[in-house]
Amino acid sequence: MESLLSNFLAKYNYWVYIGLVMIGMYAMIAKRNLVKKIIGMNIVQTAVILFYVSIGAKKGKTIPIIAHGHEETGHHAAQAIDYISPLPHVLMLTAIVVSVATLGVALALAIKIYRQYGTLEEDEIALRINEP
Amino acid sequence: MSAHFPGLVIIIPLVAAFLILIGALLDKRLAFPLTALALLGSLVTAIGLLARVMQVGVVEYHLAGWAPPVGIAYRVDHLNGLVLVAVAAVAFINLLGTRPLVVEAFGDRLGPFYTLYILLVAGLLGIVVTGDAFNLYVLLEIAALTGYALVGMGEGRAPLASLNYIFMGTVGASFYLLGVGYLYLVTGTLNMADLAVRLPALYPSKVVFSAFVICLAGLCLKMGFFPLHAWLPNAYSYAPDPVSSLVAPLMTKVMVYVMVRIMLFVFTPAFAFDLTAISEPMVWMAIVAIVAGSFLALSTRRLKRMLTYIVVAEVGYMVGGFWLGNRLGISGAILHIINDAVMTLCVFLAAAALIARTGSDAIDDMQGLFKKMPVTMAVFVIAGLSIIGVPPTCGFFSKWYLISGAIAAGQYGFMAALLLSSLINLVLFFRIFEIAYFEPFEDHHAEHPTGHGRVLSAVQEAPLELLVPLVVTAALLFALGIYAGDIVSLIIDKAIPLGIV
Repeated sequence: MESLLSNFLAKYNYWVYIGLVMIGMYAMIAKRNLVKKIIGMNIVQTAVILFYVSIGAKKGKTIPIIAHGHEETGHHAAQAIDYISPLPHVLMLTAIVVSVATLGVALALAIKIYRQYGTLEEDEIALRINEP
Repeated sequence: MSAHFPGLVIIIPLVAAFLILIGALLDKRLAFPLTALALLGSLVTAIGLLARVMQVGVVEYHLAGWAPPVGIAYRVDHLNGLVLVAVAAVAFINLLGTRPLVVEAFGDRLGPFYTLYILLVAGLLGIVVTGDAFNLYVLLEIAALTGYALVGMGEGRAPLASLNYIFMGTVGASFYLLGVGYLYLVTGTLNMADLAVRLPALYPSKVVFSAFVICLAGLCLKMGFFPLHAWLPNAYSYAPDPVSSLVAPLMTKVMVYVMVRIMLFVFTPAFAFDLTAISEPMVWMAIVAIVAGSFLALSTRRLKRMLTYIVVAEVGYMVGGFWLGNRLGISGAILHIINDAVMTLCVFLAAAALIARTGSDAIDDMQGLFKKMPVTMAVFVIAGLSIIGVPPTCGFFSKWYLISGAIAAGQYGFMAALLLSSLINLVLFFRIFEIAYFEPFEDHHAEHPTGHGRVLSAVQEAPLELLVPLVVTAALLFALGIYAGDIVSLIIDKAIPLGIV
């Protein structure tokens, strides 16, 4: 039991991201409202972003900027191990842009659907479609 | 100049996208020529690249001069050289053919339409050309987002179908991204060639296996592999005709290419086929996909919907052929990527012409069309024969490789599924041919005027602008069939790693 708990606490970032993916998936599967589904989709994307951001972190290390690097005369080589990894964070800038764009397209389509059927509830839309 | 071809092949359409949007603000008539010019440029560079690869082998291009694994590398070998040409050619032919339909449907939105069109093609070309796992994700989303927008431009149920497509597509892409994240976690690199070097030492790791499964699940979702196909029929059948004849041939095929690329060149065949016991279940799932896709196609009386179910079955062909894990099966799968792209383009273009002229996509409304639209129907027959798999059309040869591969691997279930699917395709297409050839049309249509109020006796042959690309595509079906042996021995054989027998 103790090892399970310490395991959980040591890797809590992964548990958080898995939890968020599950919440998002649940919203996409179980909710009947299209906007709620779109929110679920966004939660899934955000969870993946959180996963990436968290794997760049290192305990007790600093941001990857060499402080006063240009002033020092006796320049010493920077050790990568002293800094958190910036690459996953940079990748996620792109992924955030992608998820914003996806959200935009999805919401635009939701507006189009609302204008067409007058509702965003899936079952009501299904009724309208099945009307002649 | 030719040294920059791998970059140019996507930079041309990307830059053109901006020019088209700006040009269309000045004059809407500029949109089409600019798009055509840019896609022609992409096609020429793609052909140049393939020729270069066939002469000197793998071409590598470092974006902005940063060497991999730090920088992003575009890497063209025999496999993606071939797929690049197919993607560029299909997009170009479809662009030329669908101009009258686009003008009719989106006359007031030509600029946005063609901008989205060319961005979609740029995304697909980028997916094929890139050698970087994360770059692939970004380009995948470019292609997907523009695809959602294009599908959503349609009438009726198209926005709803597009929204469902967004949900499934986003989950698929997120899964792929997650898998890449796992790989990055254990290897610290995103370059595909570098991953392939670093991964073998880590094969026992559970993280690598999770990455493998998550990536594969995401890709199966994106390609519409049977249990995960639910988004595909609606999205492709409710999309506007010029859009479905672009995305149906290309999107699923490019995703199958990505699966081949990731499985063979990131995870090696040793891992994908031998260390994980996944190839047998995948072949069985492909059998289910083929059978289910074929029967679903039988169950519908709508032309475009039937064709989308055929696409679902064809994805089963390629996935199953690949997971047979032998040289014949993988050759068949890669050959089928090319052949199926052209076949699907051909049937969807013909369907677009028929729907534009008759105003209905119900199979029962197709009476007498052989007399009214002889050229379109002739092309449709050729495409149908190719999908059924009649020599000398190209469909026969890829099916031949797939069946030989199935026999070599001892997967008789897959062989039986392929034969059954051919028989069902025979029924599907001859049902249409019979209605269109033998059933008289006047009396039926006098009672029930078709949807748009057009009476069939007023139906005439499709415009010449659409007929020429149709005939060219049909000729391509024969050409691909006749040169199938050369394509396999000169290109595909060199694309497959030597370890696979």
